[in-house]
Amino acid sequence: MRLTQGQFSFLPDLSDDDIRVQAQYAIDNGWAVSVEYTDDPHPRNTYWEMWGHPMFDNPDAAAVVFEVNECRKEHGGKYIRVIAFDASPGWESIRMSFIVNRPKDEPGFRVVRQEVDGRAIRYAIESYAVREPEGQRYA
Amino acid sequence: MNDQNDIEKPTTVDLAAAFEESGVRDILQELDETMIGLAPVKQRIRETAALLLVDRARQQMGLSSETPTLHMSFTGNPGTGKTTVALKMADLLHRLGYVRKGHLVTVTRDDLVGQYIGHTAPKTKEVLKKAMGGVLFIDEAYYLYRPENERDYGQEAIEILLQVMENNRDDLVVIMAGYADRMDRFFNANPGFRSRMAHHIEFPDYTDAELDQIAAVMLNGLGYRFDQGGEKAMAEYIRLRRAQPHFANARSVRNALDRARLRQANRLFNEAKGPLDARALSTISEPDIRMSRVFQGGLDVDRKPVAGAA
Repeated sequence: MRLTQGQFSFLPDLSDDDIRVQAQYAIDNGWAVSVEYTDDPHPRNTYWEMWGHPMFDNPDAAAVVFEVNECRKEHGGKYIRVIAFDASPGWESIRMSFIVNRPKDEPGFRVVRQEVDGRAIRYAIESYAVREPEGQRYA
Repeated sequence: MNDQNDIEKPTTVDLAAAFEESGVRDILQELDETMIGLAPVKQRIRETAALLLVDRARQQMGLSSETPTLHMSFTGNPGTGKTTVALKMADLLHRLGYVRKGHLVTVTRDDLVGQYIGHTAPKTKEVLKKAMGGVLFIDEAYYLYRPENERDYGQEAIEILLQVMENNRDDLVVIMAGYADRMDRFFNANPGFRSRMAHHIEFPDYTDAELDQIAAVMLNGLGYRFDQGGEKAMAEYIRLRRAQPHFANARSVRNALDRARLRQANRLFNEAKGPLDARALSTISEPDIRMSRVFQGGLDVDRKPVAGAA
């Protein structure tokens, strides 16, 4: 099951050139672009691992593509996303976020039903991938 | 970028029109007007611009698709205008479309090489990323390579540089600058660089007459002017200064002018009795220059060893 989070996730995978153009748009707007990765695809997993610092003072998006490819070398089997922060309101707010790398095999999510308080049922979703310990997911 | 393939390729090309359109003429003209002397450098830049223009036309007609290697080395003594020309070069490459942003990032060894193990690679990469889309100018590049210290981290920076220069040729242009003889030794020790540098440009020293001219232009830029005595003294100063150590061409001239302005201000302050007019405030005259240590035999004489010191 294809993970659909952030922008462009219903489109075919972005090429390096697509990534560059999108990142350049963010840079031209004055947003700080950074690269993050994770192996926990849960939609409420907001904070992914940072790949290096956010790139505050790079005028050209080639640097972003370069970092994405560096990250792919190390974490090619995980999810990698590019996010753009806008600091102009005085705090960091996300303006863009899109996945640029995904595992070969995405097993998807299952519904977990939990009986609580008599016969009431609580629903949760859980990724099949997270049943393996961290670092061993997505083989 | 992909759209280019769909557009019908032109069958003829008008180089003159392309030359006008790209704005290269403005840069070359600016170079001619603002830089004094440097005839061989200007010639080389004109040739390079022509080559790049023709290359671009070839690319548009589909005759070649390779990005030409654009890395350059600038060799010459200090103060011969290497950094200024690098700035112009960045602008030129930008107008021709070979770099996307056209900014210049100037670094030296300190910006690339770290202080401990594992510090160098991130530092070098950070600089390279900052320079992407523009031109990376490495001043005194030979300091990167220190064969006398086998634990030096410079080698690591060199390896990363070489790798990026090869793999990210579309993204950035590297210009290395430094003294001619040391650069030669640097390139001999690192043959990888020599083969990746397409253009070697030599910056000759300025002649005395050119330096006179530069002094006048600089002073004009600051809103000052020489009187007759001042001009003569400055010419004499330049000829004497050249023979002394640490002569740095145009930079020495600039420093001399800065000090002359200081002395002029001092002189006006001490001598002026009545109100001064604009002319007096902006004239550098003979005593302002003559006071320089250069006329007393140079920098070494006034720091005599302290008597009795071991």
